[in-house]
Amino acid sequence: MAGPTDQTIVRVKGVQKIYQMGKVEVQALKGVDLEVNAGEYMSIMGPSGSGKSTLFNMIGGLDKPTEGKVYIEEVDIAQLDAYELAWLRCRKIGYIFQTFNLIPVMTALENVTLPMTFAGLTTDEARDKGAGLLDKVGLGERKFHKPFELSGGQQQRVAVARAMANDPTILLADEPTGNLDLATGREIIELLKELNKDNGVTIISATHDIKMLDVSDRVVRIRDGAIDRIDTRAELAIEIGTIDGSTE
Amino acid sequence: MSAYEPAAAGKIQKQIVLPWSRAVEIAAKSIKIRFWRSMITMGGVVLAIAFLMSIWTGNTFVKALAFAKDPGTDVLLQRNGIDPDEVRADPGLSERDKWLVSLSLLVCVVGIVNAMLMSVAERFREIGTMKCLGALDSFIVKIFFLESTFTGTVGTLLGVAIGFLLTLARASISYKGAVFANFPFAGVAMAVLLSFAVGTTLSIFAAIWPARSAARMEPVDAMQVRE
Repeated sequence: MAGPTDQTIVRVKGVQKIYQMGKVEVQALKGVDLEVNAGEYMSIMGPSGSGKSTLFNMIGGLDKPTEGKVYIEEVDIAQLDAYELAWLRCRKIGYIFQTFNLIPVMTALENVTLPMTFAGLTTDEARDKGAGLLDKVGLGERKFHKPFELSGGQQQRVAVARAMANDPTILLADEPTGNLDLATGREIIELLKELNKDNGVTIISATHDIKMLDVSDRVVRIRDGAIDRIDTRAELAIEIGTIDGSTE
Repeated sequence: MSAYEPAAAGKIQKQIVLPWSRAVEIAAKSIKIRFWRSMITMGGVVLAIAFLMSIWTGNTFVKALAFAKDPGTDVLLQRNGIDPDEVRADPGLSERDKWLVSLSLLVCVVGIVNAMLMSVAERFREIGTMKCLGALDSFIVKIFFLESTFTGTVGTLLGVAIGFLLTLARASISYKGAVFANFPFAGVAMAVLLSFAVGTTLSIFAAIWPARSAARMEPVDAMQVRE
């Protein structure tokens, strides 16, 4: 299951996004074309304000493009009705946010089982599956802790487990290490890579964390609302070598 | 057996569920964990309804006493600055009473709507997150409906009780036993019903309306709303 395939799972075609900021129009994306293969680990890099998060939100169906289309498994998501879109978010895509976004009043386990409830699992099935996922992210002992009783890294692990709740085919991570220290951030990246390898889940991550480069199959660089260039891992290895003075 | 089936590749389906039992559980937990926050929201409802209830009940008492047409009671009324003949001549609401009732209704609307709006606005991020997890707009409305029904109903009942008891206590000091001798059961029952209707309706609508508009936003917009 490991490694990227040649099957396209996400296709972005001519996507533009224009925001109305008061009287000024801001063009956050100026026509982006991108294809992501199933099983791939892709990082979207770029400085803040480059349109990176905007592109990320479009891919996840969290926001609508002004122009252009986004296809997930060859389905144009603009054509989906509210029920289909909810189904897509529930079953096909897992989301991870910079700010974790756990539901504050629910325990770790309840956070993980909520999407399963939406998907129609019974309470027992959801509890067992949720416990398994929390074990997998190393939080088996903290099932009944509330988010505020967990450290940032642990909260993000719960969020990863929650994102995997309904065995999605795509995992979208928006700056998943942005609020974490170096070591904890690395752990989260490794966890994502592990899921990518073991479960074959496609990972698309918006980031400006250089640690992400190591694990990415491809890195898309966004600048001023357009794709600057796309590097494969082989090309990156050389580049990292020249920057850091080592190929590690 | 659950309705869960593995997602077939490439096929978009529709079925997403939130059973009422789970919604009740989520709403109850949400109130319990934010206990003090919920109490403050509820406090807004209690105060507004207590005010409305005391104005209505006070009115009812005065009218009942005036129509008792007892010279002793008339003296008591006059001592409290009320002309019993005037009340008898015009049994509807006086200008002053109309003003007070409108004012208390206004307090209710502003007080309750404000309390409920605030309690929903601070949870926009949560609503956006739930949408990302696959919640339908109706799930959000369901949860907030249950929460506001509970806070609204309990708050209204408390407000009705407090408003009534305070007015009764005040009237029994001013008019002594005459209040109990001429107790206007029908009038009080009417005031209870009206206050209850106003309190619960306002609470539920004032919570559902912002929750629904938050649920209808694109999830990313709901999550970006600053709390």
